[in-house]
Amino acid sequence: MSAPRAESRETPFKIPPETDDEPRSEVAPVGRFPTDTWRPTSATAARLGAHADDIERVADKVRDGVRIDAEEALLLHERADVGLIGELADLVRRRLNPADVVTYVVDRNINPYNACITDCGFCAFYAKPKSEGTWALEREEIMDKVAETASLGGRQVLMQGGHHPTIKSDWWCDLIEAIGSAFPQINCHALSAPELDHFERIERRPVREIIRDLKASGWGSLPGGGAEMLVERVRKIIAPKKTSTDRWLDVHRQVHEEGLRSSATMMYGNVETAAERIEHFQRLRDLQDETGGFTAFACWNTQPEGTPMAADLPQKTTPALYLRTQGVARIFLDNVQHMQTSYVTQGIKMAQISLRYGCDDFGGTMLEENVVSAAGCFNLAPIDELERIIRRAGFTPVQRNSWYGVADPRYDFTHGEGEPHPGWPTSREEAAHHKAAPDRPPHLGVVPAASRQGDGAPLSIPIQPKEQAS
Amino acid sequence: MIQKSKTIQSPGGNAIPPRAAFAPASHDAAEARLLRRAERADLGDIARKVFASERLSTDDGLRLYAADLHAVGALANHVRERLHGDATYFNVNQHINYTNLCNRLCKFCAFQRLPGQDGAYLMTPEDAAEKIREQLGEPVTEVHVVGGVWPKLDFDYYLNLLRAIKDARPEIHIKGFTMVELDEICKQAGLPLADTLAALKEAGLDSCPGGGAEVFDEEVRQATYPKKMPGTRWLEVAAAVHEAGLFSNCTMLHGHVDEPKHRVDHLDKLRKLQDRSLEKGRAAEAAGSKHGSLQAYIPLSFHPDNSELAHLEAPTALDELRELAVARLMLDNVPHIKAYWILMDIPTAQTALAYGANDVDGTVVEEKIYHEAGATTPQRVLRDQLVRWIEDAGRVPVERSTTYQAIGDAKGRF
Repeated sequence: MSAPRAESRETPFKIPPETDDEPRSEVAPVGRFPTDTWRPTSATAARLGAHADDIERVADKVRDGVRIDAEEALLLHERADVGLIGELADLVRRRLNPADVVTYVVDRNINPYNACITDCGFCAFYAKPKSEGTWALEREEIMDKVAETASLGGRQVLMQGGHHPTIKSDWWCDLIEAIGSAFPQINCHALSAPELDHFERIERRPVREIIRDLKASGWGSLPGGGAEMLVERVRKIIAPKKTSTDRWLDVHRQVHEEGLRSSATMMYGNVETAAERIEHFQRLRDLQDETGGFTAFACWNTQPEGTPMAADLPQKTTPALYLRTQGVARIFLDNVQHMQTSYVTQGIKMAQISLRYGCDDFGGTMLEENVVSAAGCFNLAPIDELERIIRRAGFTPVQRNSWYGVADPRYDFTHGEGEPHPGWPTSREEAAHHKAAPDRPPHLGVVPAASRQGDGAPLSIPIQPKEQAS
Repeated sequence: MIQKSKTIQSPGGNAIPPRAAFAPASHDAAEARLLRRAERADLGDIARKVFASERLSTDDGLRLYAADLHAVGALANHVRERLHGDATYFNVNQHINYTNLCNRLCKFCAFQRLPGQDGAYLMTPEDAAEKIREQLGEPVTEVHVVGGVWPKLDFDYYLNLLRAIKDARPEIHIKGFTMVELDEICKQAGLPLADTLAALKEAGLDSCPGGGAEVFDEEVRQATYPKKMPGTRWLEVAAAVHEAGLFSNCTMLHGHVDEPKHRVDHLDKLRKLQDRSLEKGRAAEAAGSKHGSLQAYIPLSFHPDNSELAHLEAPTALDELRELAVARLMLDNVPHIKAYWILMDIPTAQTALAYGANDVDGTVVEEKIYHEAGATTPQRVLRDQLVRWIEDAGRVPVERSTTYQAIGDAKGRF
């Protein structure tokens, strides 16, 4: 018999009624926290069970380009067969990104310091300030790393630190300015909403001023880190001292209002319920409707190894949940243009499969990565292997900048008379100009309807190889 | 309503819903939905054949290699669930690769050695028995015994190898010797195939693995493994194995110089072999004797690292999913399709459970051949991890014997 649902809290939407094809086995709570992070339903029941007709109805909505609500997303996430999720996610991906292109950015993660006062239980990277494990890079070391990135054709450095008790935003402004003047081709994709929130507190001034100062120094975009799960019940357990959901969203809203782009993330697979994952998507989609400032979404599962809460967290989730989560994210977040696979956490084989489950971006090449690597997760691959995997999935690999515009020495991406294609911004300013929403209907994304063929088949944006210099 | 009394208990404690759990109307509705999905990928006619359990043509096979993977996967999943529901089989097994000495010099192989080469080894029957004894504390039910083809080993070596293993653990099932090895053993024995097999059976051989089939096509063989016996001989030996009352598996090594037409041809030859074996099996049953057949098909992806074909590209995860799905649809008379997790890695093998695969192989203690070629999966995955990731895919893990009898109970055996 099926176990009673472990849902203990009110969700903002209705949970489908119980039936006999309910999830059959409870994931045993391994640690202190009750969890039902993944309770699989019978795969056969997805086709034959009581919900099969409902699933098909939702699938048809997606096929017709109609937005689905949270309840429908939960139905897909929990109960649809994974192949159907892939098919629908693939459809939405091709609708929003008709070019048979998978992008990636040549970049490096630089973590200038690891001291952090926030003590998140799932983090294996940080050290308490003044404890033995703290370190901080010298400016020279950072500049050397950036120089190396530049010499390898890099276009971005992703820089994040801990929540340091004394380092303030002026330190970052100096650094960003120094990088910008020495390496104008490299964008500082830097900081995170919780770090900005932390500056507000230690500097005792509004975050908007901090955003403006950083922007003036040349800061180009905000990564989506620190979102974890945008549900207060979950945050109180795994990251009680971290920026709240509302605040995380508000910082991103202000960043978007200041004409900057940011990305969105989710770390699942700790103490959240399936419904809470959908709630996270809902919060992101609502903000995106308002501002249109998110370029991309990426998710990954908690990597408990070596973290302070390792003994309390449930076992690491298995790859099946990644496809269900990332695929439904693609379907539900119909106003976020890009989905980034997480090959560092999922491995290159899963990353390739995810290209048919809605992902159109491989993220950064990451000459260096420190955070999930600290939790024993390290799947970096050389660029030629990334490109091979992308090609074998049927897509053309293209290098991009932080704003998902083409920055690939092999190609010219033009639209008409040498004009850059509006969907492929070349700078922070262009990215801000070409809003994904709310100026456009969400389903058209940034690709003008006129560029689609009459039969509904997506038209590839022509990639013109640069003419060989004669 | 799922009737508890009618369910099979799996080791993970899950119940396999019997077919009767779903109303006949829901099967019709599922087919109607799937037909629409298939039609969008121009596979409507193939879907109708699949629903009618009609054999797909080799042309259909070629189309499956070119069609949208989502549609092909959905059709394969339909067949998989029609045959097995959610049941996903695994076993607790160990591998013995008794030697890596080999004179076949296949270009795709990183395992083979010649005498004097670094890492060359040959186990005595006693060495093999020791490997078995090392695992006596574990609930191992099967040993998978394969090695290189080395003509200096005489017939007695093979017989003694089998006897030593059975002495060390009498109840263990020996799944040993690919068709390629059997061909060589037969030469050493100087006996007809049937007599050789009878002697091996007498010494303890219980069934045969499916390796060494590679791709049957002659041109492909000439290009990559010219010294290996031709595909026709593989099929001949397999037929003799079945004739001897032994079950076997079958494989295809895909993703080197082979093209879809070669792979379709390979699958077609396998199902024709199976047609004959099943037919003879029915006759044998009527006469009160035993006849074997193919149990599982296992696509093996070519791993180029460290082999003579290192310049070729390895098949990727999506290629592996397609191989499984196409095979599930083409091999309508082979009961099981195996996603060999140690080769594919867990993410791909787990995903494959929705693309036609209903078996993941076993816990695999000591796997040498693919690790030489750079497979990075851990040597041993605990049984409960297998159970867990099978369950996470919405499937019901069933520990099986080599011949697909469910073993283990709800509490599991360890």
